[in-house]
Amino acid sequence: MAQLSYREAVTEALAQEMRRDENVVFIGEDVAAAGGVFKTTVGLLEEFGPDRVRDTPISEQAILGATMGAAMTGLKPVAEIMFSDFFAVCWDIVANQIAKTRYMTDGQAELPLVIRSGNGGGVRFGAQHSQSVENWAMAVPGLKVVAPAMPADVKGLLAASIRDPDPVLFFEQKALYAAKGEVPDGEHVEPLGTASVLRSGSDVTIVALALMVPRALKAAEELEAQHGISATVVDVRSLVPLDTQTILSEVAKTGRLVTVEENPRLCGWGAEISSIVAEELFWDLDGPIVRVTTPHIPLAAADSLEDAMLPSADKIVASVRELVD
Amino acid sequence: MAAKPKRAAAAKRKPQPQIDAATRLKLYRTMVECRQLEQRAHDLFMQNLIKGTSHLALGQEAVAAGFGVAMREDDYTFCTYRGHNHTYVRGVSMTAILGELMGNSAGLMRGKGGSMHLTSVEHGAMGSYAIIGAHLPIAAGAAWSAQYRGTEQVAVCFFGDGTTNIGAFHEAINFAVVWKLPVVFVCENNLYMEYTSIYDVTAVRNPAADRASAYGLEPILIDGNDVDVVYETAEAALERARSGGGPSLIEAVTYRHGGHSRADPGKYRPDDEVKEWLGRDPVPMYRERLLGLDIDAADLDRIDAETLAMIDEATETARNAPLPDVDIAWIDVWADGGAQWRN
Repeated sequence: MAQLSYREAVTEALAQEMRRDENVVFIGEDVAAAGGVFKTTVGLLEEFGPDRVRDTPISEQAILGATMGAAMTGLKPVAEIMFSDFFAVCWDIVANQIAKTRYMTDGQAELPLVIRSGNGGGVRFGAQHSQSVENWAMAVPGLKVVAPAMPADVKGLLAASIRDPDPVLFFEQKALYAAKGEVPDGEHVEPLGTASVLRSGSDVTIVALALMVPRALKAAEELEAQHGISATVVDVRSLVPLDTQTILSEVAKTGRLVTVEENPRLCGWGAEISSIVAEELFWDLDGPIVRVTTPHIPLAAADSLEDAMLPSADKIVASVRELVD
Repeated sequence: MAAKPKRAAAAKRKPQPQIDAATRLKLYRTMVECRQLEQRAHDLFMQNLIKGTSHLALGQEAVAAGFGVAMREDDYTFCTYRGHNHTYVRGVSMTAILGELMGNSAGLMRGKGGSMHLTSVEHGAMGSYAIIGAHLPIAAGAAWSAQYRGTEQVAVCFFGDGTTNIGAFHEAINFAVVWKLPVVFVCENNLYMEYTSIYDVTAVRNPAADRASAYGLEPILIDGNDVDVVYETAEAALERARSGGGPSLIEAVTYRHGGHSRADPGKYRPDDEVKEWLGRDPVPMYRERLLGLDIDAADLDRIDAETLAMIDEATETARNAPLPDVDIAWIDVWADGGAQWRN
């Protein structure tokens, strides 16, 4: 085990898979010579050379179109979309082309590709560089959607995404890039579609994703220490495929569910999980399902305003106390 | 008032002696097959045996045939929703195309794609794309893959004049030039985007050729109704791409005989314009040329008759095929064959 940052885990996973398979290639804006604007790909150009690590123009449609064409013809490309907000300028390639082509061609077309993207708020970048857009992706059949919280999962799930034969949108939370954690040495691959139970409690199950996971863990500690409330924390990790069995079984044990989402409220992933739990676990519930989300508004740039909008540990504590007390 | 397209200099050239008789007959046969296939698709629509929409390329056969004959078997084709012919010339059967149009189990994708999405990966027909512009960067990606793998394959990407005004056109061509990719971009300028003249909505007269210099490419403007010219242009562009010379952008001026799609009678086009272009129909025009080159009329008649027999047989097979099993609507979202999004 080594202590690695979230961003170093990105680099490790890419290097691990590129060493393993010469058909893995990587493109994006400022990713090669500059090592990425978030410094997630430092050293890859030097190790793998300019044929496998290539800088592109600021042309997101070209980046993702080329990624799709390469995947259809034998490569396993990884593309970076610098900020996930930029999916809005290339969503046709993602939602109409990449997501649907295997299905429309009756299974003929292969699309083993990964699109990595910096997602989410907490870094004071304003409304067009701070969105959590994982639920945009989740709404389109044909896309796998992964959003890790821990450096070890970054490495393991990115490696699994690259090996996966389907298109994967891999959301990296920008505010977590500097966060450190234990990461297994050597080859590390975590299966997609598995939620992770990070803490077991008896009163409430908190289900969270990405930046909301450390906040949920902090809230759980405070609930335990100051309010005598024992909380389970589940890191969803992968929205598609979705590990509903782990979520259902953890909610069944506590009888209460609180989801914590960074995305704006309407049609967030927590609504889908709430609906599944309500349909399939209604008689085991001891109270209403509660969703903690960013309100349905764009994010402001100023730190005080952004902090007031994003779910915090304090807000999670307050919501859980209201439910349990 | 719409400016008339500049007639390409190449169009006035005499037939080139380097195209041998066998190739010429192949070009003729391919055009006749394309013509019959599209005409049959039209007829089946009229009989309500084809549902939904369809975008026919009647009148544009010389582009599909010229490239289809020139391409190597392992090259890649990317085309638009007006792609029946481009798919057919790669070797896909008429039965599979008509079956797909009729939405039954004989179809190339058993009805899961439809007229606008014909794809046959085994034939290098890498898809018909129904969102304007999308497939230009995708074709560039296939070319990047060929370049990386060192296979000397070329990706050929066909699109209409309207595509030259969407962002993906410009992103893809710049990208392909910078990476020196083996891709040939072919604009079939049929003078109308959908219902509107391309000249009314475009800043330059030749929508593709006049943009070429912006990307450091040679402007190539050709008569898209002259199959010899298309074939020669295709050969040169394919060779350039295959030998590492990078992409080409070709504008082939042509005309669709009908409207944009099934719903469109094309009444926005002046009668004398339609008349003039029908007089330049690529199929009879080529027949005349071949007769002038001492090719026997009986040989051409035989090609016509064989094609008709082939399309009749394909029609019968396709129309008598059973409907697809509804279970196939539930498969192939994912590579494991399934559609599961949760456990």
